[in-house]
Amino acid sequence: MSYDAWIILTGCLVGITCGMTGALLILRKMAMLADAISHTVLLGIVLAFFVTQSLNGLPMLIGAAIVGVLTAVMVQALDSSGVQSDAAIGVVFTSLFALGVVLISFVGDSVHLDVNHALMGEIAFIPWDTLMINGVSYGPTAVWMLGGVFLLNLLLILVFYKEIKISTFDSAMAISIGVPVVFIHYMLMTMVSFSTVASFDSVGAILVVAMLIVPGATAYLLTDGFGMMIILSAAIGALSSLLGYGMSIVFDVSISGSMAVSTGILFAAAFMLSPKHGMVAKWIRRKKMQQEQEQKASA
Amino acid sequence: MTHALQIQNLAVTYEKQPVLEGVNFNIPEGTLTGIIGPNGAGKSTLIKAILHLIPRLSGDVTVYGKPYKKQRSLIGYVPQRSEVDWDFPTNALDVVLMGRYGHIGWIKRPGKKEVNFAYECLDKVGMKDFAHRQISQLSGGQQQRVFLARALAQDSQIYFMDEPFAGVDAATEKAIMKLLQEWKQQGKTVLVVHHDLQTVRDYFDHCLLLNKTPIECGPTETVFTLNNLEKTYGGAISFLGNGPALVQEG
Repeated sequence: MSYDAWIILTGCLVGITCGMTGALLILRKMAMLADAISHTVLLGIVLAFFVTQSLNGLPMLIGAAIVGVLTAVMVQALDSSGVQSDAAIGVVFTSLFALGVVLISFVGDSVHLDVNHALMGEIAFIPWDTLMINGVSYGPTAVWMLGGVFLLNLLLILVFYKEIKISTFDSAMAISIGVPVVFIHYMLMTMVSFSTVASFDSVGAILVVAMLIVPGATAYLLTDGFGMMIILSAAIGALSSLLGYGMSIVFDVSISGSMAVSTGILFAAAFMLSPKHGMVAKWIRRKKMQQEQEQKASA
Repeated sequence: MTHALQIQNLAVTYEKQPVLEGVNFNIPEGTLTGIIGPNGAGKSTLIKAILHLIPRLSGDVTVYGKPYKKQRSLIGYVPQRSEVDWDFPTNALDVVLMGRYGHIGWIKRPGKKEVNFAYECLDKVGMKDFAHRQISQLSGGQQQRVFLARALAQDSQIYFMDEPFAGVDAATEKAIMKLLQEWKQQGKTVLVVHHDLQTVRDYFDHCLLLNKTPIECGPTETVFTLNNLEKTYGGAISFLGNGPALVQEG
């Protein structure tokens, strides 16, 4: 596969993986928690590096999942002991992320791990970091990692579809029929952590937030179905990546930046033009009703 | 008489203050029980504690002679309408289908049999024509009917309903009562958090008067008396005492 094709594939996998997970977060009103997790996983990655002395995928995923879940647990603990929930997110988010930033300075220069890279990522380098087994190259490591996380997320959503749906809509009823809501909650947090780490190398912590939140928010404007929203969100994520890649070629700008900008453009388009919830449709409906009222008045 | 529900020594606290304490009562099978008490008496909290939705300080819940956790499949819960997000992307039929989730196994999706049953349940509450309506487009009364249809779909033996009459129109209130009577005739047991003292005698054959602790629990005829209401509501009852038909001196 060509250099460009790998970048496009990576971008689409980021969009799909983050998009489907993000749709669930939007419905659970946890977009800001996703923002927090996408940053605190940096600590997990650094700790995993200290333990294994390598930037191997699997230990990084595990480290990130642990810190991601820890973030959710700490936010929950502060929240339920009287701290305002947005303040709780702010406190946990910044302290764990800062700890990661401090620890990262102990990592030597020879290793490809620094704050700038963690925040912004660089998808253009992805095709060069390939998975080598016995001297044979099997394509970029990031594609394997993203593909694995995508399949895992897809599997979890399919297996726990009913449980995720009911615990999101009506958690009290879910508990009363014996759905393990707490397990579902932390499973989703783990999925967010995995998605973030897998996307880290390509788009970085800041832009991964765009991929987690914006496609879900866009899909929410376009459909009235739960399953459809997840599918649409994944599709919008992929479309943002394609659009962003095209834009970066045309204007010769950052690829990951363009991808995030594209999520914003698609959201704005849906916000204006969505057939049911869009501004234009609302305006037309209002005009029509006004005309009807006027006709009734003049009749 | 068999007890559908036995509560022993239940207590719940928020922070330092007990919200419920010394809660002991039994509910006989096949009764319609109104849970009555002033604001802040712990009525909703009681239901949530019974269903293990919130932590209890102490207390045992026995359903049909066995511990609560073993009897989950017998229990149906209708939360307050305001407790769920009605902007959730789904339609009325889908919400009713959630009532079947406890009966469908892991991974499986609701099949044709389940969908048909859900339509039947919607039909019973007069909402069949709204099956594919987005839930945010329903009125308050219609949303409550959807909740009711979901409870029907659960096909439980014992139901807990948290203020089902709050903010609904007269037609919906009638529809709810008709269904509750039907359940009673089928031998099901229903507990309802209820606010309107005027309708207690008409609606419920059993009453639990509650203010942090049960004041009285028993047949409406014997426990729903002015004396007991004064004990439950304290001074507040004087505002309610104007209507002569409200409470007959017992």
